[in-house]
Amino acid sequence: MGERQEKKQEKEVSQKIATRDAYGDALLELGKIREDVVVLDADLSGSTKTKKFAKQFPERFFNIGISEQDMIGTASGLSLTGKLPFASTFAVFETGRAWEQIRQTVCYSKLNVKLVATHSGITVGEDGASHQAIEDVALMRVLPNMTVIVPADGYETKQVIYSIADYSGPVYVRLGRSKVPVVMPSNYEFQIGKSYAFHIGSDVNIVAMGIMVSIALDAAKILKENGIDAGVINMSTVKPLDNEMLLEISKKSKLIVTAEEHSIIGGLGSAVCEFLSENNPVRVIRIGIKDNFGCSGSPSELLKLYGLTADNIVKTITELLNK
Amino acid sequence: MEEIKTKPDIKMLKEKARIIRMEILKMLTEAGSGHTGGSLSAADIVAALYFYKMKHKPEDPLWKDRDRFILSKGHAAPVLYAALAIAGYFDRKLLKTLRKIGSPLQGHPCSRKLPGVEISTGSLGQGLSIANGIALGLKISKSPSRVYCLLGDGEIQEGQIWEAAMTASHYNLDNLCAIIDNNGLQIDGRCCDVMCIDPIAKKWEAFGWNVLEINGHDMEAIVDALDRVEIVKGKPSMIVARTIKGKGVSFFEGKVEYHGIAPTNEELENALKELEI
Repeated sequence: MGERQEKKQEKEVSQKIATRDAYGDALLELGKIREDVVVLDADLSGSTKTKKFAKQFPERFFNIGISEQDMIGTASGLSLTGKLPFASTFAVFETGRAWEQIRQTVCYSKLNVKLVATHSGITVGEDGASHQAIEDVALMRVLPNMTVIVPADGYETKQVIYSIADYSGPVYVRLGRSKVPVVMPSNYEFQIGKSYAFHIGSDVNIVAMGIMVSIALDAAKILKENGIDAGVINMSTVKPLDNEMLLEISKKSKLIVTAEEHSIIGGLGSAVCEFLSENNPVRVIRIGIKDNFGCSGSPSELLKLYGLTADNIVKTITELLNK
Repeated sequence: MEEIKTKPDIKMLKEKARIIRMEILKMLTEAGSGHTGGSLSAADIVAALYFYKMKHKPEDPLWKDRDRFILSKGHAAPVLYAALAIAGYFDRKLLKTLRKIGSPLQGHPCSRKLPGVEISTGSLGQGLSIANGIALGLKISKSPSRVYCLLGDGEIQEGQIWEAAMTASHYNLDNLCAIIDNNGLQIDGRCCDVMCIDPIAKKWEAFGWNVLEINGHDMEAIVDALDRVEIVKGKPSMIVARTIKGKGVSFFEGKVEYHGIAPTNEELENALKELEI
C-alpha cells in the first residue's frame, strides 16, 4: 500500500464514528451542564459508552447489574423525583427484555425517561442473532407516548441527545456498535419529527434510517451515474414520522424505497407504508431484514448477506424502474 | 403539643381502617367487579400509612417533601382509592365511579388520571423497582422524604422483585420501606400450592434487608413496625405483614374465591352489618 493511499484511508477512518461513541461523549457534555441528568446501565457501560459519564459523575451513575427490567423501573422512579434518566444497554435487551416495564410504567405514565440503546441491528456482527436487535423499532413504535429516533451518524447522535434532553416524555434512541461515516452536513440541525432530504429525486426516493442513510447515499450516487434521479431522505425520527416530507416525495416520484437495518415488519418501511397507503398511495418497496434472524459474521459480510448494500439498493431500484 | 400529635392514636386508626373497608365493599359492589380479598387484607396497613406515618398533603398531592406510597399490588386499587378519598384527595362520591367509563378511578391505579396516585401499577412485580428509583432520587436530592411500597405475597414470585431486592440493598436505600401483604392466597389458590414463596423473611434477610414480621391486622404492631424501620440506617426495610384475605367480613375471610370478584348486593348488606359498630 502506497503512502498516499494509506493517508487517504486514515482520513476516511477518522471521519467514521460509531453512534455509541458519540452518545458517550454527548452524555458527558450533558452531565456537565445539567445536574438533573442521571445515567443507568445494566452491566454494559463499557460497550454502551455510558462509562465515560460514570467516571466523571459516579454519584449520578447507577449500574443496576444484569437486570434490564429493574433498570427501567428504577429509571422511572428517578424520573418521578425530577431527575432526567438515561437508561442504556443493548437494544435487544432494552426493548425486548424490558418491554413490559417500558409499556406499563414509562409509556403509560408518560415519564421523562430516555432509553438509549446501542448494538442495534445486524452490524453487532460476530455475537450473532441473540445480540442483534432487528425488531426494536417495531416494539417501541407501537407504544403510545413513545418517540423513536434512529440517528444516521455520530454528528446527528450528539444533536439527538441534546435535543431529547429538552423534550419531556419517553424517547427511544437506536444506536449502533460499528463505526459509520459522518454524512450529515455541518449546518444540519436535528429536530424531533423532522426528516432531512439530501436531495429529492424525480425517479425514486429512498427513505432511510440509521446506517442505511450512508448506504442509500452511495446507492444514489451510482444510480445518478446510470441516469436515474434518486433522492435520499434521512428519516431519523421514525415516530412521529415526517408526514409532510413523505407527501412531498410521494408527489415527486412514483416509487419510494425504504432502507433499514431492521425487520421489514413493523419498522420504518411499515411506518412509511401505513402513512402513504392512507394518504397518497404510491409503490413502496421495503429493503431490510426479511422476516429472518441475523447470524454471526463481520458487519460488512452481514450487510451483504442480508442485502443491505448500495449494490442491492441499486439493483432493486433499477429492476423496478425497468419493469 | 407536637408530641401528642405524632403519638399514634390507635383508636382513630382502627376507625379509619373500618371506614376504608366499608368504602372498599361499597365501591366494589357498585362496580360489579374488582379485587375484594386483597383490598380488605391491606386496609389496616394502608390506614396506618395514610393516617399516621406518611407526611402528605391531600390539598397538594405533588408537595415535594411528601412521603411516597407505591401500590405495587395494583389490583388492590380500592384500598388506595378509599384511603385517598377519606384523606381528602378527592370527593368521596367519586368512589362510586370505580371502573366505569370516563372515571379517574381505573380498574388499576393510573397516575395520569387520579391525583395522589404516584405511579400507575397493575402489572405485578414492577412497583419495587420504581420505589427504588424514587428512593435513589430522593437520596441524591438530599430529601428527607421516605418511600413505602406495598407488595402482594403472590407478587414476589415475579423475578423482577428479586432484581429490585438486590438493587435496594446494593444502594443502601434506608429511606425505603416495603411491606408484604402476606395473606397467603393468590388467584389460583394458596401461595404454597401455586408456587412456594417461603421462607419469606429469610429470603429478604439474605438479600440484605432489615426484616420485621408482624400481624398485619394489629394496628399497634403496624405503627410500631413503621416507627422502628425508620431509624434503621444503611439498608432497606421489609415488613412482612401476616394478614387474612378478606379481613373484616367473616364470610370473605380466607376465601380464595373472593380474590377477584365483587360482593353481591346481599353480601354487601351483610358485610356492612358486620362492620357497623
